[in-house]
Amino acid sequence: MISANLSAIFYLISGVLFILALRGLSSPETSRQGNFFGILGMAIAVSVTFLSIGNFSTGFVVVLIFLLIGGLIGAFIAYKIPMTAMPELVAGFHSLVGLAAVFVAIAAFLNPDAFNLGSPGKIKLGSLIEMSIGAAVGAITFSGSIIAFLKLQGIMSGSPITFKGQHPLNALILISIIVITYLLCSTQSSNLFWILLAISFLIGFLLIIPIGGADMPVVISMLNSYSGWAAAGIGFTLENTALIITGALVGSSGAILSYIMCKGMNRSFFNVILGGFGATEQSASAQNKEQRPVKSGNADDAAFLMKNASSVIIVPGYGMAVAQAQHALREMVDTLKKNDIKVSYAIHPVAGRMPGHMNVLLAEANVPYDEVFELEEINNDFANADVAFVIGANDVTNPVAKTDPQSPIYGMPVLDVEKCKSVLFVKRSLSPGYAGIDNDLFYKENTLMLFADAKKMTEDITKNL
Amino acid sequence: MEIDPFIFRLSIFILSIFIGYYVVWSVTPSLHTPLMSVTNAISSVIIVGAIIAGLAGNSETIFNTSSIFGFLAISLAAINIFGGFLVTQRMLAMYKKKKKGK
Repeated sequence: MISANLSAIFYLISGVLFILALRGLSSPETSRQGNFFGILGMAIAVSVTFLSIGNFSTGFVVVLIFLLIGGLIGAFIAYKIPMTAMPELVAGFHSLVGLAAVFVAIAAFLNPDAFNLGSPGKIKLGSLIEMSIGAAVGAITFSGSIIAFLKLQGIMSGSPITFKGQHPLNALILISIIVITYLLCSTQSSNLFWILLAISFLIGFLLIIPIGGADMPVVISMLNSYSGWAAAGIGFTLENTALIITGALVGSSGAILSYIMCKGMNRSFFNVILGGFGATEQSASAQNKEQRPVKSGNADDAAFLMKNASSVIIVPGYGMAVAQAQHALREMVDTLKKNDIKVSYAIHPVAGRMPGHMNVLLAEANVPYDEVFELEEINNDFANADVAFVIGANDVTNPVAKTDPQSPIYGMPVLDVEKCKSVLFVKRSLSPGYAGIDNDLFYKENTLMLFADAKKMTEDITKNL
Repeated sequence: MEIDPFIFRLSIFILSIFIGYYVVWSVTPSLHTPLMSVTNAISSVIIVGAIIAGLAGNSETIFNTSSIFGFLAISLAAINIFGGFLVTQRMLAMYKKKKKGK
């Protein structure tokens, strides 16, 4: 058994190690060391908890067994999961953090003596408030992440689900959460605690269903942030510094990522959260669809164009992840490089279904990270490049965002793909992208559409090079 | 008058938000996915609370309602801790620099 002061110091150390873990991610070279700091911090926090309780009897064995079960499941998932499924995995993990926060809050509510919070029915007011906040945010994180997971996994349709009176209903529930928290704190009634949990689960579910598939980067980041605030709430209840520091770090991390993602779409956070984007425009554009001529080609034409180029910029998008085309793409690039063609990759901030999604897939396919560029870094290079190869991206290349103030995506930062001498656009059909608007790029003089599955087309081009 | 310890915890919390703000802005965008998986793993330090709950019972009452929720939370958090750190490690191992002189 170690003293409370000593364990508090160790918790502080693990909090600092978690800060260093995030700091390491500022560059790929230091990132692996950062991850090690994170693991070290976690090991310290867990061991100190065991030591400060000092109870190594039967209960300790049971705890170890549950720890081991969870650990084995986690390790198994981590090794088996394909990189393309990373957004689903992260959403799933968020739901577990949320549920764990809820369970810890329940345990503390039922047995406050164990946490030095008073006795059942007479929990300290401050602790009860913190506990309720932690439990409510945890429950919202859990059910919201489950919906995000189902949408990403394709079990649930990615299109927004909206109904009449949705926003007033959500507002009503949010207000009742506050009222119930207040009543719970003044009466200490356990019934109110369960009701609070139930409606928090419900609101998490209702908040995420109206948000469409391509807005998932914002949703995942937001849920990331929530899981942090839930942890911080519990941290205040348990008076644990490591948990408070971590909660604050994760909470602000998720908030910043949401902000970056919203900016990448030039939309306000509330616009995304209120949802329903893309649903209305889609029907409008379907009606007045005029037939405009497009040039389409095959793998042979594409290979010819690229062989005669001196520089090529690749623009990957979610379609590449769906088709699992990253390895085929990298083989194509290898062949191009053998012919002394300069190749770089351009990544839009919201390409894919989560922040950094494309970067991970390219890294998986052994693309060196110094060939991969962000929008601001590479956008001026399109004017000097010979060929832009758009694979699975759509809205993020649409020049309409710069020219038409009527367009729903007007003002969104886009890649200046149209400035290239020629554009190769791999796509399965001419259907509009997520925003439901036609891409002017399809009809440009210098665009060659390659209608095919991204992976198959890329392989065919490689054969023809 | 003495200062409530809550105020100290609140100070730590607020300052940590600022640290988080500056640290996360310096994360390179290409590592945003590993950032999410590692924040996932570290927020599972909530396991600390779960362990306290799990060990609260005495030897006759290891499995009371409160400690059962504790045990379940331990497993959930452990999935996250192991899964989160290992998958982050797997991802980070893939980020390679261009081989020079090729």
